[in-house]
Amino acid sequence: MLKIQDLKVEIEGKEIIKGLNLEINKGEVHAIMGPNGAGKSTLSAVIAGREEYEVTGGTIEFDGKDIMDLAPEERAHAGVFLSFQYPVEIPGVSVTNFIKTALNESRKAKGLEPMPAKDLLKLMRAKQQLLEMDKQFMSRSINEGFSGGEKKRNEIFQMAMLDPKLAILDETDSGLDIDALRIVANGVNKLKNQDNAVMVITHYQRLLDHIIPDFVHVLYDGKIVKSGDKTLALELEKRGYDWIKQEIED
Amino acid sequence: MKLQDKLIHSFEKFAQNKQGSETEHLSKMRAQAMATFTAQGFPTTKDEEWKYTSLNKNNKRDYELESDFSLDLTPEDVEGFLCTGLDSYKLIFVDGVFNPSLSSSALQDAFSVTSLKEAYKGNTEVFNQHYGSLADAKLSMVALNTAFAEEGAFVHVKAGAVVDKLVQILYINSDSTKAMMSQVRNLFVVEDRAEVQILERHQSLSDDYVFTNVVTESSVGNEANFKHFKIQNDLDTTSLVDGTFVKQGAKSSALVDTYSFSGELTRNNLHFEFAGEHAEAHMDAITLLKGATLVDHHTFVDHAVPNCQSNQLYKGIYDEKSKGVFNGKVMVRKDAQKTNAFQQNNNLLLTDFASIDTKPQLEIFADDVACSHGCTIGQLDDEALFYMQSRGIPMKEAKAFLMFAFAGGTLKNITIPQLKEQLINLVAYELKVDLELNEAMH
Repeated sequence: MLKIQDLKVEIEGKEIIKGLNLEINKGEVHAIMGPNGAGKSTLSAVIAGREEYEVTGGTIEFDGKDIMDLAPEERAHAGVFLSFQYPVEIPGVSVTNFIKTALNESRKAKGLEPMPAKDLLKLMRAKQQLLEMDKQFMSRSINEGFSGGEKKRNEIFQMAMLDPKLAILDETDSGLDIDALRIVANGVNKLKNQDNAVMVITHYQRLLDHIIPDFVHVLYDGKIVKSGDKTLALELEKRGYDWIKQEIED
Repeated sequence: MKLQDKLIHSFEKFAQNKQGSETEHLSKMRAQAMATFTAQGFPTTKDEEWKYTSLNKNNKRDYELESDFSLDLTPEDVEGFLCTGLDSYKLIFVDGVFNPSLSSSALQDAFSVTSLKEAYKGNTEVFNQHYGSLADAKLSMVALNTAFAEEGAFVHVKAGAVVDKLVQILYINSDSTKAMMSQVRNLFVVEDRAEVQILERHQSLSDDYVFTNVVTESSVGNEANFKHFKIQNDLDTTSLVDGTFVKQGAKSSALVDTYSFSGELTRNNLHFEFAGEHAEAHMDAITLLKGATLVDHHTFVDHAVPNCQSNQLYKGIYDEKSKGVFNGKVMVRKDAQKTNAFQQNNNLLLTDFASIDTKPQLEIFADDVACSHGCTIGQLDDEALFYMQSRGIPMKEAKAFLMFAFAGGTLKNITIPQLKEQLINLVAYELKVDLELNEAMH
């Protein structure tokens, strides 16, 4: 589904990703772990199409097609979803209006009619329940005055509505208490199936107790330096990253 | 010959023609006004109040002062410039002449909605009492208007009466044979406890330049409720100088909202004066420009008596090479205790070539008052744009969302749904998007 080969990325002349390879197939959950400044958020932003980053080498293919020249919205229409570490507040635009527009723009790109209001409402209700959100939430301005937990639930709610092929969760666990973490993880697990894939970017093991990864990769200094199964995450939790740095330098 | 000199030269003949058909009082007023204009001429950028807006280009253009060619317009021709889907009174002027067949005026016991010329003949007492009583005769553009103005809208609502429909005023310039300058004059007299809502628009159908100098005097009585909406969406060959003077009685509420989308040059001079206590004034505006257009808002609120409140909310979005000016002056006189004055001017600049000059000017001589002002100048938030794009909302729509949200609050005082919808559609049209953005604008 996602195939990244020898990816190199710069921002303001500074190389952040230095030849990264990653392949994610449908039905898989991948965790990307690594210390601060390793390039985790850069990787997620580049896949989603953020323009501030300059790709200086390598390729990103999605469903067998090169997506490097696609605008962020075109990547979203193709099935890429990025859950933001810091979801942006947009005063004056309600959650309902926002998600309706997003969903219908995606349908338009696929040559479909806008979703009938009744169906949309039904779908929204179902996904609201999944994320244990109350109704009032829908009429609030998007992310404005939301607590950390509400923001992340709102991200996963949007993911549920848009039903992406690849969901990238960038530090979705940061700022969450135990209950919110459970709700968010539960939401992701319910949405997971054999045809989609999830890429979880995290510092910590705790989210991976709930969303069990098939593969764990360590991103360090712009490259994936070690890959393994879920036990690698446990080892990182116990030992930190220093031993990996040591291994590389040796 | 410069336009200024042409105006001065043509006055003598104009006054001669008028002789006998007007009262001595009015003739004197015209002559005095012309003396003021002759002494001052057009304002220049050396004048502090006109620092950012030059009429130099207009002064050099060969505008004609009298039209002798008008299109024969049908209701369908003008429908697009009116608020539709509701029953309304209409005063439609074509090339300075009241057009009864396109209009639907009202001459009832409780209120009159008619042309100024008709009012001058049939409603002389009210006319004489208020005409020229509110506009600041020392201002050269007002003086110019007073010297030549013959026609415009007249709305008179007697005490306790409510005008049951929106009053729509439309000034059309249809003369394509030459560049035209016109002096248009509105007089609105809303007596105690009376209510009326008015929508005003100027529209050119000409290929040539149009320069309109309009003066509006609004006398708002005690406990009266007055709303005046202006839509400024004319061609880029048009210039508009608007002088609006509102005087409010005790416990009255008055609103002047200005929605500006285009026009080569638009200058709005808005004066509010409180004459009675516990009155409130509202001014909301959206300015949404592109190209090389200019809109200059100058507001002046005179808190002459205690216990009044004024609210100004001006929001501007400037694209391409457009230019905005906001100068908001609030005067709180010595005895005007318990004044509550609020002023806000927020601006978005979408390009490096767009500009805004914004200046709050508070002069406070009372000590027990609450006055606040704020202005911001910003750009669209890249982070928010990327966020929306990443959810599948294309850049153009994402920008529109942010701009709509930015302009929020400016339509809050519109209670006529059709008018609100028309304005939202105008904004959506300007932003070239097809979105349900209504909720963001409330």
